[in-house]
Amino acid sequence: MSKEAYEDIPGTWVFDAQRARQGYHLNEFLYSLMKDANRQAFRADERAYTLRFRMTEEQREAVLKRQWNRLLELGGVSYALAKLAFTDGKSYQYMASQMTGMTEREYVDMMLKGGRSVEGWRSKAERGESG
Amino acid sequence: MARIVAGIGTSHTPAIGAAVDNGKADQPYWKPLFAGYEPTKAWMADVRPDVVIMVYNDHVNAFDFKIIPTFAIGCGEEFPIADEGWGPRPVPPVQGHPELAAHLVQSLVLDEFDITICNEMQVDHGLTVPLTLTFGQPERWPCCVIPLAVNVIQYPAPTGHRCYMLGKAIRKAVASWPQDLKVVIFGTGGMSHQIQGPRAGLVNREFDLAFLDGLSRDPERLVRIPPLEYLREAGAEAIELVMWLIMRGALGERVREVYRFYHVPASSTAVGNIILESES
Repeated sequence: MSKEAYEDIPGTWVFDAQRARQGYHLNEFLYSLMKDANRQAFRADERAYTLRFRMTEEQREAVLKRQWNRLLELGGVSYALAKLAFTDGKSYQYMASQMTGMTEREYVDMMLKGGRSVEGWRSKAERGESG
Repeated sequence: MARIVAGIGTSHTPAIGAAVDNGKADQPYWKPLFAGYEPTKAWMADVRPDVVIMVYNDHVNAFDFKIIPTFAIGCGEEFPIADEGWGPRPVPPVQGHPELAAHLVQSLVLDEFDITICNEMQVDHGLTVPLTLTFGQPERWPCCVIPLAVNVIQYPAPTGHRCYMLGKAIRKAVASWPQDLKVVIFGTGGMSHQIQGPRAGLVNREFDLAFLDGLSRDPERLVRIPPLEYLREAGAEAIELVMWLIMRGALGERVREVYRFYHVPASSTAVGNIILESES
């Protein structure tokens, strides 16, 4: 696969066609959580419910452990992942805070102070991270 | 004939809808935001459009990943409110305008925009939050709404230039509809924000304010912003701003800026609102 310019953006997994392909069954599982009956079935036995979907074992483990960044890396899209957060009675804000490694309170405080500055977050190269 | 009289740019953050639905609009966190939308509500009450064309994006609610249309127009009579995972928002269903929607599709396809036709679709916060922000909490929405859903979730979204040209084609299509209708077009989403990964919470005030200036005075500059620049400078989800360029394209060359408001934060989002009246 060719390396895309957006892969240089730090702390970000752009949901492109390859990631969408990889995450298709994972995202279909997440989409199923729009229905209350499915949310209840999932809560009753999380692993059993996820077995209805042809996701990889890696993806399944990340779902059960709520490893949000890992789920992004494995092709989950944030709007679909939010349905898992909602099923847990959590918000977008909570999910975003978990992805940043902050507590929700710290995250809210950062936003109230004007949010995260783009300075220092433009490129992996600039941060000395390997792409 | 029908005429697009004005455009509104606004964010559509789901937390804004939740704040209204849960009676939290008067809390200190939310109060400045809703105060900032009061002039827009007053303007809307004064203008009273017959039809709103709502350019927005679905958030994995009407469309899962089985089919991903780049541009889709809702041609149905009524659009139910989606259950996004916490139950549907307690807002009225949305009434469409099937006749004008059908005309739009026909005219746009002949103008080389390959529109997906949705005779049935649920609508999510992307469409209902802008209605709440501009019309409040009525028993039923005071006008018809034609949903125009744009894929901005799976990269790449349509380019800013493509969106701007679509806006121009929409203006032409509306102008060729014989019935007298007053139409307001919305461009929604944005402004700067990122809700994924360790970089979540990114806000770029300078980028946003320059974008608002550009809508008013120099849309041709905005049209040339490449997708990578939105992602890098204003956050992964800021690509939604291309939808504002559909709105701007539909207003013709000359516009008058009536109102603008900018506020950080609503959840993870920098909120922007602008009203532009068409003078063309």
